[in-house]
Amino acid sequence: MSVHTLRIDEKDVSARAGQTILEAASENGISIPTLCHLEGLSNVGACRLCLVEVAVVGGGTRLAAACVTAAAEEMVIQTDTDRLREYRKMIVELLFAERNHVCSVCVANNHCELQEMAVSQGVDHVRYDYLEPRCDVDLSHPRFGLDHNRCILCTRCVRACDEVEGAHTWDVSGRGTLSRVVTDLNAPWGASETCTSCGKCVMACPTGALFHQSSTVSEMIHERTRLSFLVDAREKKQWHA
Amino acid sequence: MARLRLATVWLGGCSGCHMSFLDLDEFLMDLADRVDVVYSPVVDAKEYPEGVDLVLVEGAVANEDNLAMIRRVRERTRILVSFGDCAVTGNVTALRNPIGGSDGVLRRSFVEQTDRDPQIPFAPGVLPVLLDRVTPVHSVVSVDLYLPGCPPPAPRIRAVLEQLLDGRPARLAGREIKFG
Ligand code: SF4
Ligand code: SF4
Ligand code: SF4
Ligand code: FES
Repeated sequence: MSVHTLRIDEKDVSARAGQTILEAASENGISIPTLCHLEGLSNVGACRLCLVEVAVVGGGTRLAAACVTAAAEEMVIQTDTDRLREYRKMIVELLFAERNHVCSVCVANNHCELQEMAVSQGVDHVRYDYLEPRCDVDLSHPRFGLDHNRCILCTRCVRACDEVEGAHTWDVSGRGTLSRVVTDLNAPWGASETCTSCGKCVMACPTGALFHQSSTVSEMIHERTRLSFLVDAREKKQWHA
Repeated sequence: MARLRLATVWLGGCSGCHMSFLDLDEFLMDLADRVDVVYSPVVDAKEYPEGVDLVLVEGAVANEDNLAMIRRVRERTRILVSFGDCAVTGNVTALRNPIGGSDGVLRRSFVEQTDRDPQIPFAPGVLPVLLDRVTPVHSVVSVDLYLPGCPPPAPRIRAVLEQLLDGRPARLAGREIKFG
């Protein structure tokens, strides 16, 4: 198997062919913030939190999303520069500005990856005007609910349902700020003919957008590691605790 | 050292942040030794005075009274702290924004949600006129420090006050900036 040697944050690391910068970094104890990435699912580069700077020949750097960029021979990568810190902060603020996030009354309060990301990126207020779109809440499914106010369009639900459950109930409709996750061909979730009610999308969701019916403030704890457990059991026959 | 002139202001919020302030318990005694509370819902002062050193502003800017007040507060205060999630993000007070302007909001609350005598209250000079959009404090005036939380826990408030009382530039470390 071919192996690449590269530098991440002044540290020499090796990466197997096909590994991403994110995988190479995490195997070497270098952590890069991520939101749309979830162990067990494919990567799509939706959130851009994992941006890193890659040196280019002749000087300067280019930005690359670590979760979807292959590690290559002699790459020189920085994961934590002032520029990256500022961009990550902007991304988090824009996510808050795009929908309606009210942590104090949210089902995911204290168990939310977006809320945590704000803490880790030093976001103590949002510099942009809130868009305050009118968003629906779909409570038609007997067991689960969807609140578009909290959705960050990471598409983890889409990938979990497609790749792990094999149902492909979810997709994304619309463009720009009008993008919305939809079930079937934009039918109410409860009327979906493909949904098996397995709950994998709910497990995957980083925010309070997908939840168990009857959860109230702070009660929704997503079991996000269950998906990688299932995938490893299936594909590698590894049943980790 | 001269005693610090402290004020607290209550805009569009539920008073929970002020309750959390009162949860400072015995630290309130230390505070009383070091500051003069020159304006606050808990003291009897009608006018927001000139020359305030430090103000904690609870609540979002939701009506015309809030707007006039926060502008006066900014003019007359050295350090303005956005105190709690409603001041910092709009939070619960801003939940009405997606419904649309003040007309839509009033109609929703006083006409659509009732089956008896639907009417929109109108009492100029008595009831402050709602703004079309609820905004966080920093979208109207400049803010010197953000103290998030719904409400901010008392130790978080204390940390900020202690730094400012010692004349240090205040900063909330690590997890202390969490919303919610
Ligand atoms: S989804 Fe997360 S960030 Fe958004 S309101 Fe809920 S807890 Fe806050
Ligand atoms: S419950 Fe399962 S099948 Fe239904 S949408 Fe979610 S992941 Fe897909
Ligand atoms: S519903 Fe949740 S998992 Fe799906 S795109 Fe929105 S935030 Fe991501
Ligand atoms: S984690 Fe890489 S783009 Fe979201």
